[in-house]
Amino acid sequence: MSTVIPGVAGAPEQRRAIPAHEGGAGQRLLRTAATPGGGVFVLVAILLAAIIWQNPSFGEPGSLIRFMGRTAPIAIAAMGQYFVIVAGEFDLSMGALVTTQVVMAGSLIGQDEGRILPVMLLMLVVGVLVGVLNGLGTTLLRVPSFIVTLGMMLALSGLVFYLTGGAASGNPVDSFRQIGRGGIEDVPVLDVIPYPFIILVVLAVGATVLMRRPFGRTLIAVGDNPDAAELAGSPVWWVKVRAFVLSSLAATVAGIILVGYAGVHPSVGRGYEFTAITAVVLGGVVLGGGRGWVLSAAAGAFALELLFTLLNFIGVESTWRDTVQGLIIIAAVALASRAWRRGRRPSRPTPEATAPHHPASGH
Amino acid sequence: MRITSRWAPLAAGAALALTLSACSTSTDETAEESPDAAASQDGGVEEANTDSAEWFVQADFDEQDQQRGATFEGDEAQPYLQYLDGEMTDTSQFKSTGAKKACFANASISNPWRQTGWITMNQQLEALQESGVISEMETRDAQDDDNTQIGDIDYLITEGNCDAFIISPNSTAAMTPAVERACETGKPVVVFDRGVETDCATTFIHPIGGYAWGIDTASFLSENLEEGDKVVALRILPGVDVLETRWAAAEKIFEENGIEATDYFTGADPTEIKKIISDELAQGDVQGVWMDAGDGAVAAIEAFEDAGKDYPVMTGEDEMSFLRKWEETGLTGMAPVYSNFQWRTPLLALEKIFAGEEVPKEWVLPQTPILEDERSQFLEANDGMPDGHYAKFGGEDLTGYPEVWQERQIP
Repeated sequence: MSTVIPGVAGAPEQRRAIPAHEGGAGQRLLRTAATPGGGVFVLVAILLAAIIWQNPSFGEPGSLIRFMGRTAPIAIAAMGQYFVIVAGEFDLSMGALVTTQVVMAGSLIGQDEGRILPVMLLMLVVGVLVGVLNGLGTTLLRVPSFIVTLGMMLALSGLVFYLTGGAASGNPVDSFRQIGRGGIEDVPVLDVIPYPFIILVVLAVGATVLMRRPFGRTLIAVGDNPDAAELAGSPVWWVKVRAFVLSSLAATVAGIILVGYAGVHPSVGRGYEFTAITAVVLGGVVLGGGRGWVLSAAAGAFALELLFTLLNFIGVESTWRDTVQGLIIIAAVALASRAWRRGRRPSRPTPEATAPHHPASGH
Repeated sequence: MRITSRWAPLAAGAALALTLSACSTSTDETAEESPDAAASQDGGVEEANTDSAEWFVQADFDEQDQQRGATFEGDEAQPYLQYLDGEMTDTSQFKSTGAKKACFANASISNPWRQTGWITMNQQLEALQESGVISEMETRDAQDDDNTQIGDIDYLITEGNCDAFIISPNSTAAMTPAVERACETGKPVVVFDRGVETDCATTFIHPIGGYAWGIDTASFLSENLEEGDKVVALRILPGVDVLETRWAAAEKIFEENGIEATDYFTGADPTEIKKIISDELAQGDVQGVWMDAGDGAVAAIEAFEDAGKDYPVMTGEDEMSFLRKWEETGLTGMAPVYSNFQWRTPLLALEKIFAGEEVPKEWVLPQTPILEDERSQFLEANDGMPDGHYAKFGGEDLTGYPEVWQERQIP
């Protein structure tokens, strides 16, 4: 189907303009579906079909949209984690930050509606601050992000424990909780459109646009090869700091939604970092950075939640969930790294054909 | 190469399917093996459905069933001093004057029930310090960790300079040797809440117990539901005797009444609870919700609201958040009680012990659920208390009431 591109790497005089797209729409779709980043959408479809086959009432629009609403916070967290992972780092502080935000919202807003806006502002400031600290620790202090964010996770968990003693306090005022619990009512067919779903869609569009902007391109370049990006003039540290800030902000938004959805409890957000990382990996994003699409990360979150729902429906004990999650991480990383390696140069017949000094390459 | 990469997602799907089938298979295997697994204490902890047989002891079930209707000795106005008639410990050897130092090894204050009790205990301590019975109480909090608590108890034995020990064990089997070491010091040892496998303590204080809770709640649900109805059982965590026995008793009664009950572990995480209920509601109607503790009850009720379904018949706990939501929604419910006022009793027991008065060897406190007709009375009495407060906290006559509990400053 595809044209052989002779000597792309080796002979500048013969370089042709690389077209924006190769092949027709159908071919491109197939080719996309064959990459790990595209395959996750296929996986979502398969899992959804399996669940509906198992339990047809899940497929009703009302049930589906509620499921999407409830999965929104984890999908948002996954998109946040994506920015960090694609830049070649980790953010383990995500779950602890979600918990911190949930507890803060509970104890600071209380039953006073007038405090909703100032406290939400404060939550965003805390989110940015945590992201900046993670980012600076990783880039300027050169501590591996694994350690920096692990430290941040412990620090935040300790703070939550200090503030709550480890037990729930009261829920904040109901109007604030509507963000996570409510939705647009009386919609035809769907019955209700949950606000978290709307937030997810807005953020997904925003994230997609951002990844097509110079920031997004640089972010992937930094994740692929930080030295090359540095030499090419990218401010690597500043790009990474912004990735950490985006991750922390995603955790903050997830926290705001979860306060509404679930209420205040120190266990809300527990394990979110690993769920988000699993979702990102399942979305075909390569750990170590440089490969993967932000929407695939969100789709990975849906795939994971669908999988758990399916396990639930077919009667697998919830005690097995962690095992399944662990196996998925291993299997997905193994498959994704292989598939990306193959999928990278789909149109080159053999490595020899493109080797710069090979006679066949057009000299 | 192309062909291979095109099949990659399918391969991923197949791998997942394999993982899935592997998982479900291994679950079945574990279930079949459970008679063997149940023989070891650890094997039972992993499985939700198979370990109840391990925790179920018919004699204890019968005893607690009978105790539910028994008459307690002592003044009803002071339930924290009431007890069931039985063997008494002679404490004349401990009789002495002067203020004593108490040492308290606490499992944790990581749930609202323990926090409420801990506040009450500190107010009781203040009262006994004023009356010159106790000089001070040194407390070590094990933060839900067995090893930490063993270290805490050993530290208190060797370095604490204690006149008496109060121990609220984190877990039953693991804490037994440490409690025995405390007994060997020859000083009074008071154990309360969760039990240990030794009767060396001067007194072991606890409400009737988990079976009574399970009988009260499951009987209530069975009476208010039809045969074949579905009950979702939300359990906090496996492996703790006072929680396991609640479920063991309830499961037996559900089975006897033909109620279909499915149990889940939630870690008291409201996100998890909401997911569980939503998934269950997506599969079919749920008529009842049973909880082994009220933490998270509100999230369970909200899940029915969010799905637009009728409220279930439900048992929660005497936590204010549940009592308030119960009244607000008007659902059919009851609030079982794991008497929070027991946190006063250990210090009051020490007062008796140092006065040389005999105390019950096993100090069984009353444990009476709150029914719908008493609810408004408890809501009124605890007006202004935070959501995590427990209605039967029993500290109304202590100094600082009600502000200390309202502000919920954890000491």
